[in-house]
Amino acid sequence: MNVSAKELSDSSTQREILVLGNPTFEKITEAVSRIVEGKPTRWWYALFSISVLLTIMLFANLVYLFWEGTGIWGLNNPVGWGWAIVNFVFWVGIGHAGTLISAILFLLRQRWRTSINRFAEAMTIFAVICALLFPAIHVGRVWVLYWVFPLPNQMGMWPNFRSPLLWDTFAVGTYFTCSLLFWYVGLVPDLATLRDRAKARIKKILYGLFALGWRGGNRQWRHYELSYLVLAGVSTPLVLSVHSIVSTDFATSLLPGWHTTIFPPYFVAGAIFSGFAMVMTLSLIARKVFKLEDIITTKTLERMNKIILVTGLMVGYAYSMEFFIAWYSGNDYERFAFINRAFGPYAWAYWIMVSCNVIVPQLFWFKRLRTSIPVMFIASIFVNIGMWFERFVIVVTLSRDYLPSSWDYYSPTIYDIMLLVGSFGLFFTLFLLFLRYLPMVAMSEVKGVLPQADPHYNHGEGG
Amino acid sequence: MAQIFPSWTNKLPIALASGGILVALAVVGFFWYYGSPKYTDVGYRPRQPVPYSHKLHAGDLGLDCRYCHYSVERSASANVPPTSVCMNCHNLILPESEKLLPVRESWASGEPIRWVRIHKIGEYAYFNHSIHVNRGVSCVSCHGNVAEMEVVIQKEPLSMSWCLDCHRNPGPHLRPVEEVANMRWVPPVDQAEYAARIIKEKGIAPPEVCSACHR
Repeated sequence: MNVSAKELSDSSTQREILVLGNPTFEKITEAVSRIVEGKPTRWWYALFSISVLLTIMLFANLVYLFWEGTGIWGLNNPVGWGWAIVNFVFWVGIGHAGTLISAILFLLRQRWRTSINRFAEAMTIFAVICALLFPAIHVGRVWVLYWVFPLPNQMGMWPNFRSPLLWDTFAVGTYFTCSLLFWYVGLVPDLATLRDRAKARIKKILYGLFALGWRGGNRQWRHYELSYLVLAGVSTPLVLSVHSIVSTDFATSLLPGWHTTIFPPYFVAGAIFSGFAMVMTLSLIARKVFKLEDIITTKTLERMNKIILVTGLMVGYAYSMEFFIAWYSGNDYERFAFINRAFGPYAWAYWIMVSCNVIVPQLFWFKRLRTSIPVMFIASIFVNIGMWFERFVIVVTLSRDYLPSSWDYYSPTIYDIMLLVGSFGLFFTLFLLFLRYLPMVAMSEVKGVLPQADPHYNHGEGG
Repeated sequence: MAQIFPSWTNKLPIALASGGILVALAVVGFFWYYGSPKYTDVGYRPRQPVPYSHKLHAGDLGLDCRYCHYSVERSASANVPPTSVCMNCHNLILPESEKLLPVRESWASGEPIRWVRIHKIGEYAYFNHSIHVNRGVSCVSCHGNVAEMEVVIQKEPLSMSWCLDCHRNPGPHLRPVEEVANMRWVPPVDQAEYAARIIKEKGIAPPEVCSACHR
């Protein structure tokens, strides 16, 4: 798409043009609402059936898991943590981009976020649901899962408050609650739009129920803006805290390769990195399928690619710093852990990780490449593969512990693989339902960044 | 446009929010009370195959607990007496009693009497009678005053927190080892000092680590 410099800034208001084609408010409403109101496309049906089938496979797998126990996984000594935690960290990480876009970019007045924030937030929620699945099922005895909550009980026991696994419960639980509230509050004005446009009575009732009686009055907007701001403020520290706490699952243990202070910031950077890649993949598909090229502009995508480049560099820095510290520490075990990572039996996984996470994002140094849709689509998928492998590489550090006699080569079973694939099925099922029934772009916010929404619009015309 | 929702729905969100909190509290409260062994297990008194009276034997006649449950001082489990123990006395005392018919049948056939177990703990929990008895924890502490029970009834919840209560503060339950099976023993006025002394002398340090019981 060729956009001249003149189109990109409206001279009368000095505001950057964020939505192409100078649409009216009505056109925005129409472009977004018709996706929900019309019949879904054949693409939607095809993708939805595949996702639902995978979700059914996931649940069948869970039934078998609960019946047989975690012995069906590839876990054993010395690798006692396998794909369950890999998938957990992967999915939680994915979620972070949504919160960053919706909270931090909002506080920083990055107005280009409006076109992507809604489904980035939806992605966060669905990713966190997938993430929560894995710690829940990995306990083996799911029926006593409530033990992770500090409830009164006959055992005279509290959960171990010194354990990072309990911090996870609270961190991810808080994260899910805040993300859900944030997403929902943002949805209210758009739900009211859909309610007012709805023809069928059932739709009027359902959208009306969740629109909470929104009329778009001045007072309501004031309350809305304020609560949105407060929620953005509450969510902002979560972007940094949640994945820091997830990293302490590893970092508080005394294992070479895990016991490092770089883990929290490195995990946060990696989470934002992978999350943006996932938002990229999803938004590229969505804008193509639903013809939203004018709202989700190439300029917005380019900005996301810049964030991917920056966070990719941070992740690359962390990888090299881990090696440097392993050498600098003079600790034989630490050195061995890292040499083994790069040249041991899992070297293949390590180099997949490095190629996908460090080398691929370097493409985005070039403007031509970071504005090319096919390049960014493929790169975003590579980044996601790389970030999954990053967690895998960290976990299989366990395979060579202090005692060479217990060394082993960990490999997953078919059930591990089916669970991962099934979690993608669950994620896409939820996401496709979201695309079908809720406005995937925040209409009210996009209207707010149009030049017409500026109180000074047209005032500078004569001068 | 016609109104879809009547005006009472304005109160719906606040009602749902407060109702949700109440329901959550009620669910926790329900299981806290009705799911606790204090409710589910205390008071368990199954019908036994023989109308045996602990009150008569241990109370009125003053039999020592260890006459029948003789392995309690040396073994992890306190045995249920075999029929031969009953017959030690009952081949001379009341040999014709109708109540004792099942005992005599068992004696004749060699088929053990199927007593119903009352005090059960999970199979995942290890419990050893001998260590408790030899440190001076009385039968009464866990089984109640059996000498006053016609048919034995579960008096204590046997829950994990109940075990831990004593493991964390064993003092009130300690007595001289000779008095362990004495159902009528009354703690002395200086029980606290006695307990402190005995804990120090015997080096009593009840374990609280998981693997003490969950081996």
